Amino acid sequence: MKLHEYQAKHIFSRFDIPVPKGKIANTAAEARQIASELGGNVIIKAQVLVGGRGLAGGIRLAKNPNEAGTLAATILGMEIKGLPVHRVLVDEAASIKEELYLGITIDRIEQCPIFMASSTGGVNIEEVAQTAPQKIVKVLINPLLGLRDYQARELAAGIDLPRDQWKIFTQIATSLWNIFTSNDATLVEINPLVLTKDKTLLALDGKITIDDNALPLHPDLAEMRDLDAEVPEEIEARKYGLTYIKMDGSIGCMVNGAGLAMATMDIIKLHYGEPANFLDIGGGANADRVSAAMRIILQDPSVKSILINIFGGITRCDEVARGILSAINDIKPSLPIIIRLAGTNANEGMKLLADKNLTTADTLVEAAKKAVMAAHGDQDGDPG
Amino acid sequence: MAILVNKNTRLIVQGLTGHEGLFHAAQMQEYGTIIVAGVSPGKGGTWEMQGKIPIFDSVRMAVEATGANSSIIFVPARAAPDAIYEAAEAGVKLVVCITEGIPVLEMLRVSAFLKTKNTLLVGPNSPGIISPGIAKVGIIPAQIITRGSIGIISRSGTLTYEMLNALNSALLGVSTCVGIGGDPIIGSTYIDLLPLFEDDADTEMVIMIGEIGGSDEERAAEYISNKMTKPVVAFIAGRSSPPGKRMGHAGAIIEGGTGTAASKIQALENAGVKVARHPEEVVELILRGTTTEN
Repeated sequence: MKLHEYQAKHIFSRFDIPVPKGKIANTAAEARQIASELGGNVIIKAQVLVGGRGLAGGIRLAKNPNEAGTLAATILGMEIKGLPVHRVLVDEAASIKEELYLGITIDRIEQCPIFMASSTGGVNIEEVAQTAPQKIVKVLINPLLGLRDYQARELAAGIDLPRDQWKIFTQIATSLWNIFTSNDATLVEINPLVLTKDKTLLALDGKITIDDNALPLHPDLAEMRDLDAEVPEEIEARKYGLTYIKMDGSIGCMVNGAGLAMATMDIIKLHYGEPANFLDIGGGANADRVSAAMRIILQDPSVKSILINIFGGITRCDEVARGILSAINDIKPSLPIIIRLAGTNANEGMKLLADKNLTTADTLVEAAKKAVMAAHGDQDGDPG
Repeated sequence: MAILVNKNTRLIVQGLTGHEGLFHAAQMQEYGTIIVAGVSPGKGGTWEMQGKIPIFDSVRMAVEATGANSSIIFVPARAAPDAIYEAAEAGVKLVVCITEGIPVLEMLRVSAFLKTKNTLLVGPNSPGIISPGIAKVGIIPAQIITRGSIGIISRSGTLTYEMLNALNSALLGVSTCVGIGGDPIIGSTYIDLLPLFEDDADTEMVIMIGEIGGSDEERAAEYISNKMTKPVVAFIAGRSSPPGKRMGHAGAIIEGGTGTAASKIQALENAGVKVARHPEEVVELILRGTTTEN
């Protein structure tokens, strides 16, 4: 789960990382008021969970409260990469001498947290990694030891930070490490970390991503989730313990297991269809889950056919078949539904579905072909 | 004689008295796995499974009393890291963790700790291991698999079952199938297991089932290219998955341009691995490979 910049900065300041004075505004009037409290010279920043806000015009400098109000009104009316801007952060403008980068993420290959610093801050660090990898200093952290001071100094020296800043830099790096571990983050990033003209370090922008698996341990963080930034079907699915991801195609998918769900989407594409979604109904696909899944798939108006692909392991296919029948009975969908059951009790399951005027398939390839045909308007879904 | 799980496996079930633990312990025992003990803190001294399996309060006590060499973990995510540490401290050689949902920072600590121990962890978020006809340590359904000479390493659960079923229909058997788990940080990756299959007399070829996220498949490709003499066939799920989205598995995410299916497929093909476009095609590639080589 990604946090907004203002939420990340709030956490930064709780851990004594210096951030600019600022407040969140929901309206232009609030923005004007905050700007006058801050002395007029402010930066207005759209709070949306995508990169490239600056290029999209979502970050603007204002010289006085009235200009702040006008700019806030413009930004609050914007959509950035499809996301409407509901809030702006109004921060005191900083006098920037240098822009640096400091962040922690997880190195999956080394199986360690990795600390990264760069003298090239204020731009996307992944781009720096591509174009000028020598400008990124990396230090692997032993998770049982945590960040040690000498490692922070290695980072400071590596980005040619003046020696008089090393002490405060080490404090900031240590705080960042504490934020990373105590919030179960998978990414914390200060970008840019600026060296101001009066020689202080200041976290001008920040990103924090929290490990979804750890959210039950952090109810305070879970509450920060911005539902406005999410697809409604994805929120609905989460309530039922389902994983749903919206795609652009016309074939709704319902599959048990993440790997099989991805493979099912791939095979639809291989047969010139486009999946409308990823949906993993998980283990023990009972009637309730199947019903919930079917309702969620049908909320998407571009769905033209539904492919249900279940591989019974511990889950028994006859139980799943009963779940499907009860869901169909309940919802009475008018779209063609193609069902493929395999594995434990698949024959019993298929028998239950046989008299119900549903299209069935024995193999994944056959099921995909039939679903693609049906989505393209061939109602009986017979690939011929 | 298969890898990791064989007739010498003496298994402890951590969390045996729970709903899942009891169900799968019975399934494993029925398949022929030698289960020697269960561990459930606070329930030591009781007996389960028709009074035949003793329950201990700690893994150490269970190992001392029974000489167990392997363990399987069926405890909730909150308790699972502790269960792994406990098994490793007690000297258990193979630990299979079925639990899904362990926070990644916990797993980083586990992984750092295990570097100091002589314990191989498989999982978490794994369906376990099966050596057909010999034993299974996990939840892989046994009826869709027969003994043979193909080794399997997979990051997925039901996708693996799909593959096993397709092999079974084509009368192709398996030496050992290892589900390594769908999390970003796992105990054993392809490069830990490929050498075991390379050295295993029962295994003639290996199927790798991968998916988007991370670069373990790319590293496997490097190993295969440099060290592997046995043929490898692969399937990578997620060709049509969008970047930045976690596709069900915690580890299945394309981040910052790394972890794409295209990159994995390219690396594997460069290493001489045949990559199937869908699970059923794996069988076709194997059958074609066998006939042309003969």
